[in-house]
Amino acid sequence: MKAAVIVFPGSNCDRDLAVAFEQAGADVTMVWHKDTALPEGIDIVGVPGGFSFGDYLRCGAIAANSPICQSLIQHAERGGYALGVCNGFQILTETGLLPGALRRNAGLKYICRTVGLKVASADTAFTSGYSKGDVVNVPIAHHDGNYFVTDEKLAELQAEDRIAFTYTDNPNGSVADIAGVVSKNRRVLGMMPHPERAADIGHGGTDGVAMFRALADQFMLA
Amino acid sequence: MKARVYVMLKNGVLDPQGEAVRHALGSLGFDGVDGVRQGKVIELDLAEGTTEATVNEMCEKLLANTVIESYRVEMG
Repeated sequence: MKAAVIVFPGSNCDRDLAVAFEQAGADVTMVWHKDTALPEGIDIVGVPGGFSFGDYLRCGAIAANSPICQSLIQHAERGGYALGVCNGFQILTETGLLPGALRRNAGLKYICRTVGLKVASADTAFTSGYSKGDVVNVPIAHHDGNYFVTDEKLAELQAEDRIAFTYTDNPNGSVADIAGVVSKNRRVLGMMPHPERAADIGHGGTDGVAMFRALADQFMLA
Repeated sequence: MKARVYVMLKNGVLDPQGEAVRHALGSLGFDGVDGVRQGKVIELDLAEGTTEATVNEMCEKLLANTVIESYRVEMG
């Protein structure tokens, strides 16, 4: 598995994400936001958490318009895989690769704690290492994780089985308890919780490992 | 020339910050505040001749997220 992790000014989970990919056996390249092309032969692009561009204007809005994101969009349009975590999820919605938007948390507070996540669909390359209905413990750390989609779009996501994770106890007001969604072709996942922060016993939990292993298996078979 | 862009959350999108402001006004004794919506104002200093259509394009591409926000442009 060849992975690229994009680094924006203000990214702070880029190295954690790279380590999680590496521990699953990936060859990881860090890519700067001003680069105009992804390295050749990349299987998956990681869009990390953090506070790209200081969350100015809207979370992820400036990053989504950075030069590397044009390459990211082309990669996804070619059928390439991408994983956006936290700020990365916000960026993916701002690019239009994923539907919806992330609003300020309903309780207005920044929340940093481990939450229960229910695997709502195991039918993606990201979640195939879990079973539908599994509950895993993964940390969240965000101020703007309150997922919004219109009722029509929500019905579409549900009908197409595109909700990957839901919160067992909704911490932020997200529509339908949604914590993560995939693109129509199921190859782009955005999620607010941090699987890369539950990827080592030193993190206090390893429930995120199955995601990186499942991705590695996917690209080993391919 | 200048333009001013008003960006607001769309009607129907819950505005938790506006709600917090409404509660705070109530606790200060201001009765009868039925609703508060909080948005932002963006002032643009533009080259002469920039059209409103161009500013609308800026809003669509960057200044507003039209999934959840609406915008209004005032020229001049």
